[in-house]
Amino acid sequence: MKDFIEGSDAVARAVALCRPGVISAYPITPQTHIVEFLASMVADGKLKSQFINVESEHSAASLVLGASAAGERVFSASSSQGLILMSEVLFNIAGMRMPVVLACVNRALSAPINIWNDQQDSMAVRDSGWIQLYAETGQECGDLIFQAYRLAESPEVRVPVMVCLDGYLLSHGLEVVDVPEAAEVDKFLPPYRPTEKLDPAVPMTFGPLAGPDYYLEIRHDLHAAMRGALKLIPSIAADFSRQFGRNSGGLVEAYRLEDAELAIVAAGSVCGTIKEAIDALRQEGVKAGLLRLVTYRPFPEEAVSAALAGVGRVAVLDKAISLGATGPIYADLATALVRGKHQARVNGYIAGLGGRDITIETIREIFTRLSGEEVSAGFVGLKG
Amino acid sequence: MSQTYLFKRTEGLQDAPTSFCPGCGHGILLRLVAELVWELGLRGRTVGVAPVGCAVTAYDYWNFDVTEAAHGRAPAVATGIKRVHPDRLVFTYQGDGDLAAIGTAEIVHAANRGENLTTVFVNNAVYGMTRGQMAPTTMLGQKTTTTAAGRDPRQHGYPLRVCEMLAGLDGVVYLERLALSDPASVRRIKAAIRKGFECQLSGQGFSLIEVLSPCPVNWNLSPVDSLTYVREVMSPVFPPGVIKDRTCQKPAPGV
Ligand SMILES: Cc1ncc(C[n+]2csc(CCOP(=O)(O)OP(=O)(O)O)c2C)c(N)n1
Repeated sequence: MKDFIEGSDAVARAVALCRPGVISAYPITPQTHIVEFLASMVADGKLKSQFINVESEHSAASLVLGASAAGERVFSASSSQGLILMSEVLFNIAGMRMPVVLACVNRALSAPINIWNDQQDSMAVRDSGWIQLYAETGQECGDLIFQAYRLAESPEVRVPVMVCLDGYLLSHGLEVVDVPEAAEVDKFLPPYRPTEKLDPAVPMTFGPLAGPDYYLEIRHDLHAAMRGALKLIPSIAADFSRQFGRNSGGLVEAYRLEDAELAIVAAGSVCGTIKEAIDALRQEGVKAGLLRLVTYRPFPEEAVSAALAGVGRVAVLDKAISLGATGPIYADLATALVRGKHQARVNGYIAGLGGRDITIETIREIFTRLSGEEVSAGFVGLKG
Repeated sequence: MSQTYLFKRTEGLQDAPTSFCPGCGHGILLRLVAELVWELGLRGRTVGVAPVGCAVTAYDYWNFDVTEAAHGRAPAVATGIKRVHPDRLVFTYQGDGDLAAIGTAEIVHAANRGENLTTVFVNNAVYGMTRGQMAPTTMLGQKTTTTAAGRDPRQHGYPLRVCEMLAGLDGVVYLERLALSDPASVRRIKAAIRKGFECQLSGQGFSLIEVLSPCPVNWNLSPVDSLTYVREVMSPVFPPGVIKDRTCQKPAPGV
């Protein structure tokens, strides 16, 4: 059924259709609507989940870890400071191979306090062992939730998945979203049957001490599972589009790249703006294209490298920065292109931090600067 | 002969409009703190630690040094400041989400260490800033954006009484709870905060003043009805009064 709703609502409705047994979160702007929608559905009896208010994000993450170990499908959501406060437990969840799904509503980090959108929060936990998917539209916010549960719960993966959506731009922006019927979702997402869970009949320990003798191997297994997900992500996205008749998810999306001489690489809602800028530039005879990263962790090196074959100049737009180095996507992309023996020139640009608008003009400026100075972390739109 | 009182903004406040909703208690409470800093002659000797919550922008209003803390961590930040500057008045100003949810550990341990600090604890029974979700202090049956059917103790537990919880800690010197519900109560609250500040200035140790404070917008009540709510619904659950008082009548040195 099509409805005119917020990205937060699209996430909440998708989560409800996946029927997690336990939901726990602590409110933080701009994640609050997701949690409030879910709390209302539970209160109205439309969703038979336990919705548990706790005292902090650290506790919310710990609670869903426990419920997941007990064999339930679970959900949490956070943003910014909350996600960072969770980070200790995020590493635990991944290390224990819990198929938790969490929505991160992207927001800048303190200090200074800033409640607006950038992607520093999820980028700061990119090494935690969570798969990270970035939505471009309200529709994709919901669609990625279905795919996230399929992926996380696949026995060969068993890695938690973070669905990232830009604060306000997606979480509060209204769009027409096609919300599938429950029966359709049930066909796509089988009931959760954990291969391992806490069960007195089959005693088991999660997350025991592992010393120098085995820690390395366990980390390697988690890394291998993440790399394995690179194969599963496109096949789940293909299944999804066969069943629901639209493309969402996957590793990357190539937009007008076939004959492109210049390209931007980016993730999230800014890609909508970039597509418009590219259409305009194409009209003016500039051969521009976009490579949208849907999956950022695991990093889809081969897909990226293949999609950018033949592109002469590549600009990476990061809405986050590894301070003192470069934007995180830039670093990964540059590595991928070196490994793919590309000759492309790759520049890195930092834009949109703390909610600074990225407009079509900003994108034009990046394409213009791409022909000039070589930079790895060029700030765009800096005031003098 | 009748007396005329001339209304004047205290110099403890900057000339800035606040961002609070009509009928909110924060404006009054921030002002009381500011008046006291000036009346006690502590301008230039005071550091406030602001919360993450509706009073996050206290630095825009108070006319003295203010630092931010991560959500709930004000008592730890204040401890750091006070240990470096024992001669300053250092206080935290915190909401019930900040103090009684995410920051429960920090307030308990600052109190238990007997830090020579003062805390103004503003209990409005919800997370105001994030738009009225359930807090640990929410009333049973109270409807919030995360308890649409009302707070049910089987699901969400019971209203957390912070003063009673802290009263058993040996490091705590003075605890008082007051309801912000009418003009007379404003004066009593000011006297209690003054006592907390004096307790610190005379080196006696940790004090906390809890104020039950209206939040009309998130309670879906008019400002006037919110005051009634503080008096009739919150006060029986969080009984106002002196919960603990081990202060002695030492005069504050150098004040
Ligand atoms: C780690 C973290 N989690 C969540 C938030 C979002 N947040 C900001 S203020 C607030 C609650 C404030 O409520 P309260 O302390 O009761 O103060 P009030 O706004 O009611 O005065 C929350 C949850 C945050 N800033 N940081």
